[in-house]
Amino acid sequence: MMAFIMRRVLLFVPTLLAIATLTFFMMRLAPGGPFLAEKDIPVAVKAELMKHYGLDRPLPVQYARFLVHAVRLDFGPSYKYPSRQVREIILEGFRVSAELGGWALLFAVLVGLPLGVVAAHRHNSAADHAAMVGALAGVSVPNFVLGPVLVLGLSLSLFVFPPALWQGPQSRVLPVLTLATAYVAYIARLTRAGMLEVLRQDYIRTARAKGLNERAVVWKHALKLGALPVLSFLGPAAARIIMGSIVVETIFQVPGLGRYLVNGAFSRDYTLVMGVVLFYAAFLMALNLVVDVAYTVLDPRVELA
Amino acid sequence: MSVALDPRALAAAGDGAGEPHAGRATLWSDAWRRLRRNRAALVAGAFLVVVGALAIAAPHLPFLADPTAQDLRLSATPPSRLHPLGTDDLGRDTLARVIYGGRISLLVGIVGTLVSLVVGVTWGAVAGYRGGRTDEVMMRVVDVMYSLPYIFLVILLLVFFSRSLVMLFVALGLVQWLTMARIVRGQVLSLKQQTFVEAARALGAGDRAIIFRHIVPNVLGPVIVYTTLTIPDVILQEAFLSFLGLGVQPPAASWGTLVADGARVLALFPWLVAFPGIALSLTLLAFNFLGDGLRDALDPQVRRERS
Repeated sequence: MMAFIMRRVLLFVPTLLAIATLTFFMMRLAPGGPFLAEKDIPVAVKAELMKHYGLDRPLPVQYARFLVHAVRLDFGPSYKYPSRQVREIILEGFRVSAELGGWALLFAVLVGLPLGVVAAHRHNSAADHAAMVGALAGVSVPNFVLGPVLVLGLSLSLFVFPPALWQGPQSRVLPVLTLATAYVAYIARLTRAGMLEVLRQDYIRTARAKGLNERAVVWKHALKLGALPVLSFLGPAAARIIMGSIVVETIFQVPGLGRYLVNGAFSRDYTLVMGVVLFYAAFLMALNLVVDVAYTVLDPRVELA
Repeated sequence: MSVALDPRALAAAGDGAGEPHAGRATLWSDAWRRLRRNRAALVAGAFLVVVGALAIAAPHLPFLADPTAQDLRLSATPPSRLHPLGTDDLGRDTLARVIYGGRISLLVGIVGTLVSLVVGVTWGAVAGYRGGRTDEVMMRVVDVMYSLPYIFLVILLLVFFSRSLVMLFVALGLVQWLTMARIVRGQVLSLKQQTFVEAARALGAGDRAIIFRHIVPNVLGPVIVYTTLTIPDVILQEAFLSFLGLGVQPPAASWGTLVADGARVLALFPWLVAFPGIALSLTLLAFNFLGDGLRDALDPQVRRERS
């Protein structure tokens, strides 16, 4: 187990290097550059700016300098927000994004799991069909359609929640709901499928035969195995939720990492984009590793390769 | 003893008695029979045919306005008799914009899926059939690419380089082919060890004959199912990128850009976000229903239980 984790962690290095190299050259070879958005800065000032950030040197030198600094997690100051280090922006943005994504995942599990269990338990009943049609609809409505609809219904007509920004607990409700809906639906489907399989197995029949009450059979004995697919989905879900949060952060003006990435790319903020991409890549790889390890702990049949 | 009989089994037995079952029931006719019984999938399929026909025929529909014709006297009017879905701020007919937007969305969805289909099936089939070192190297490439934060690279690609439709196809196809390659490889790997392949080889069939006569037809089922489920995924991704302003560029419009434009004037003209949003959601829902139905029909083992 230890050896497996070490091997995977060692694999992080070449992967991150590849991503860094790809992103670096893709960014530099593309037309456009920073400081173009500010209209009419004198040529001398612009040259001075380029020199200040080392952008006047040959590309290989810039690349080497970037690598040396990146190893120490130093990405330099942002071009767009010159008074701030990229590192600070990332930490701050990640706190917001993680809160948004964490609440959304929690909500998805708390609602989706029971929904799937009930649907499987009452297989082919009206409740089951309703839940599954609802779940398919939930998967199908894109979050950038759902977001505006929720804003229109709950904040512009009923004035219950603020339509944007990230201040105070009420402002969390709409973004989290928008982000979570698709995952509620997906987790409900996964749980139902897993539970249907488990509920037919012999040990469940044994549990019933020895007179255990139905609630304990379903919610204790069956759920333990039936929820395994959901667990293995949580890794990819956490990764995909990052993509969703880019949209949600845009709709609701949430100052998270996704918005920094998109805005940074548009304004050619090289240092900020590099920092965010590398941070996310490392985060995703770590997440996948944790999921793989957790899976072996819960299901001893899985072997680590 | 008839009490214990499952009514579904009885119905199936009745079916069999009606028509002579001369052992000619192929996988496909069998699947079609099952699909026909799934009303949700059929309705979804019919809906998609209508949407597709509207999208293809859009330039020739007599009742449809020109989607780019502006009329500032009719700026942002709510649905009326002349403009059943209202107009946008430039006085363009929303119905026409939604139907023409569907043209782009469906085109991107289908072409993007085709890109991933060609790359993924080839990659997976070669890896699975060759096996050994080739397989290991090819699948390691897939593993590494899986761990890349794709969506960022796609965003960067589209921000930094041209935001053309071709670039969009390439970017979306590149994200999607990995899963297809994995599915096909797994299928091929298990198929090539089965006795009917061994039998074909014993009869002297070459690699080519085995791949095209025996393996490909058997892989087709999962590939069709996954393709049906990939199309809505690609449409969704295109809409997502367009929503961020990275996808289709004006004056062309897809459902994603229409929703994005509408969301900006949400409080004033809600119909501008509602109608493209409904069209997009219903189409995605229909593809998902159809995909689920096809999976149930083509893969009887997981039928009913898995979905």
